[in-house]
Amino acid sequence: MSTLHVRIWRGGEEGSFQAFDVPRLESQTVLDVVTYIQRSLDPTLSYRFACRVGMCGSCAMTVNGRARWTCRTHVAKVATGGLLELAPLANLPVIKDLVADMTPFFDKWARARGRFQGTRTRKDDFARVSPDTEQRRLADAGIECIGCGVCYSSCDVVAWNPDYLGPAALNRAWTLLNDVRDADGRARLAAVAGDAGCHACHTHMNCTERCPKGLAPTASIAGLKRATALAALRGELAVTE
Amino acid sequence: MRSDFRARNHPAYWAFIMHRISGVGLAAFLPVHFWALGQALQGEAALDAFLRWSEQPLVKLSEIVLVLLLSAHMAGGARLLALEFLAWRDWEKSLLAAAAGVSIAAALGFALNLFF
Repeated sequence: MSTLHVRIWRGGEEGSFQAFDVPRLESQTVLDVVTYIQRSLDPTLSYRFACRVGMCGSCAMTVNGRARWTCRTHVAKVATGGLLELAPLANLPVIKDLVADMTPFFDKWARARGRFQGTRTRKDDFARVSPDTEQRRLADAGIECIGCGVCYSSCDVVAWNPDYLGPAALNRAWTLLNDVRDADGRARLAAVAGDAGCHACHTHMNCTERCPKGLAPTASIAGLKRATALAALRGELAVTE
Repeated sequence: MRSDFRARNHPAYWAFIMHRISGVGLAAFLPVHFWALGQALQGEAALDAFLRWSEQPLVKLSEIVLVLLLSAHMAGGARLLALEFLAWRDWEKSLLAAAAGVSIAAALGFALNLFF
């Protein structure tokens, strides 16, 4: 059985990498490696996971320099030369070891008005939205986000401007803007049109390149840029921030 | 915690770097361009003397770099406009390749015209 050399970030914002040797197994995922270390080598190691099947978005880490979902990243794909370097997600405060504080990430979803605001009650009939419509198609393209923070962690604009809402929050705003049942569109456009909103995006496409779900937040942000510009031309944009 | 170059090593990021370098390079060149044109204010002889100086092989070679910067910045800018204003999903990388191809073809065309 071969051995995998793993370096893992230990500590908080200040800390260092600690080396571990882990038995290399077939079809091993990066999350399997972290779990082995915690259960067999060092129980004080902190990390976060839940579903293990790419649905919950909680196990994202920096793997050999790139943000990835670890439960669906095979060691064979990333550990070139039998080396694995694991760190917490970049652009977020570090709580301990591999656990990043996701608070700023989700606070920005709220700031981008990422909450559905419907007009119907449970007593009304189902809203029927045809899959053929343009708006439904646009919403569908970005709707599968699992909130893992990989895009946020990969974004240079977030690193440059800590107030920037980031790709995930803006993608969420775009899907809601295209949801014909939602009634908060105007306020949402105003929320994403400020200095820290969609127009701050430099189209580096780090988010689109790294999204484990294959979404294109850059496309959503471009949509928001067009929508906010149009609203401003029509005099319908009231940015309060 | 900050990410390093490994997080940025992909074609779209290289396109951004190229766009930034060509933009800064062209901005730095612009004053020199105006200074050269300004030689005409000193009379015909001054401008002609400068134009003769610019016929040197090394200056001509650097013109190829200038054309490459111009074409790269223009094609890269067109790519960005297409990304921002057109509906897109899957052709983003093809667009990048096309922009790179157009800018290199323009610079090579200029170089060929220079030597043949």
